[in-house]
Amino acid sequence: MSQVPADLQYTKSHEWVRKLDDGTVEIGITDHAQHALGDLVFAEVPDKGRVLAAGEACAVVESVKAASDVYCPVAGEVTAANPELARTPELINQDAFGRGWLLRLKPAGGAAGALLSATEYEALLRAEGS
Amino acid sequence: MAFIPHTEADVAEMLAAIGVASIDQLFDEIPASLRVRSLAGIPDALNEMQIGKLMSARAETDGRPLCFIGAGAYEHHIPAAVWAVATRGEFYSAYTPYQAEASQGTLQVIYEYQTMIASLTGMEVANASLYDGASALAEACLMAVRANRKSKAQRVLVPRCVHPHYRKVASAAAGNQAVRFEEVPYSAAEGRTLASTLARFEGQDITALVIQQPNFFGVLEEVDALTNWARERNILVIAVVNPTSLALLKPPGEWGAGGADIVVGEGQPLGVPLCSGGPYFGFMTTRMTHVRQMPGRLVGRTVDTSGRDGFTLTLQAREQHIRRARATSNICTNQGLLVTAATIYMSLMGPQGLLRVAQASHARASELVAALTRVPGVRNVFPSPYFHESVVALDRPVAPVLQRLADRGILAGFDLTEHYPELGHALLVCATETKTSAEIERYANALGDVMKAARAA
Repeated sequence: MSQVPADLQYTKSHEWVRKLDDGTVEIGITDHAQHALGDLVFAEVPDKGRVLAAGEACAVVESVKAASDVYCPVAGEVTAANPELARTPELINQDAFGRGWLLRLKPAGGAAGALLSATEYEALLRAEGS
Repeated sequence: MAFIPHTEADVAEMLAAIGVASIDQLFDEIPASLRVRSLAGIPDALNEMQIGKLMSARAETDGRPLCFIGAGAYEHHIPAAVWAVATRGEFYSAYTPYQAEASQGTLQVIYEYQTMIASLTGMEVANASLYDGASALAEACLMAVRANRKSKAQRVLVPRCVHPHYRKVASAAAGNQAVRFEEVPYSAAEGRTLASTLARFEGQDITALVIQQPNFFGVLEEVDALTNWARERNILVIAVVNPTSLALLKPPGEWGAGGADIVVGEGQPLGVPLCSGGPYFGFMTTRMTHVRQMPGRLVGRTVDTSGRDGFTLTLQAREQHIRRARATSNICTNQGLLVTAATIYMSLMGPQGLLRVAQASHARASELVAALTRVPGVRNVFPSPYFHESVVALDRPVAPVLQRLADRGILAGFDLTEHYPELGHALLVCATETKTSAEIERYANALGDVMKAARAA
């Protein structure tokens, strides 16, 4: 069973969301997702200032065997992209919930949408047979 | 490796293994209403002897004319060794070598090809080829839209003196993917694109600028000034080049202060015969920073588990068999055989050989222009420097003159009237190293006769 930190929110497409103290949110892919992809060799992250809709493809993670779109869990404007990933995309494998974060954004407000709690995400992983 | 299709016994064994009775059953999910059962309008299959006769009959209609048409496809001498080697059984397939363990020779040829093309264009990385020069330009425009993340407009500036067929193919292929093309006029006096003309786009969101060198008129563009104008404004530069000319001219990787971003072109001049128009192949090179946006296959060199050199397809995760609908393109290495010929051609010629071809072509073209413009009623149109083709104007409509010359076995050039009516009775003429002084004289004399007869009529 993969790690699923209790203090984060999740999506059915295996992204995680962390609320930061300054009101922005940090977004990445889950430990389960990095494990399924295998060794990551490249991550394409959005530019600062880009306005994203919830569910929009916002990043691409590429491993030795697959490339996947990352879907934005909440609508908002990108405030930062992880600069370390250009040289060390393997951070996503090593520390999916920490140094492997993909982007930060300022939420547009409005309905938070259908994010999952840690318990709900664990149930989803069990249902998917992980 | 042998490319032998599976036998009936193989097929039966595979179907038995998955518990399916027939191949048709594998397509059950396609509704009967969508299936085409009859192929009315498709002629019956021909055997090898019949197809041989048909192709010979069609080839004979071409005759063996003396050809002064360039306009994107160029007659060069092809050393006999090129196709003798390219058609060896080990190379004689156009199919993509997915199985690295069975295709090391083919993969190495593609790797060597990529190295040569990257070096010729002065860029860092090449793909394994595209379909032809025109479709390569279309792919380059789509790639520029993906790569230029500072631009949101998907607007590509294309000078009017870029090959008209390339412009048409690019807008047909990329226009439906929301890329907008805007024409940049050329200087009527010089037959090339002036950087000052680009001022009208100042302050606008532009994704990429296409620069063809030499341009469709054969004229050399001011590539440094155009490249600098674009790069200073975060506009990507797409170079369209003739590979032969690069032996003589500055490679796109060195244009201006920063060089071009994407380089494409028609590979036919490198060992591929004119062949009534195809098949040819396109090439594409770029910088490493854009490599993940580049379409098509790419071969890399690596080491195996014992540390020995080996070759393999690489950077494939962006491609169709993995990314499906979001792949950067659906381009494969279908032109592999032509790429093999080009690799052998470049190996045989070497940098010195290619330089001599380029110099001789330029010298022949200069001789041709001088000979034709001595004919009464013929004048040079643009005073600008050119590579191996140039525009001349007649004092009367071009088409009837071309017909008279064709009757004498001379293909006298490409009639520009349809694509560039503003140039009047203009004719694009070309000479490569294949033309002798006697042949150039024969053309000039015949043109003189035809023009004289037309005036008398």
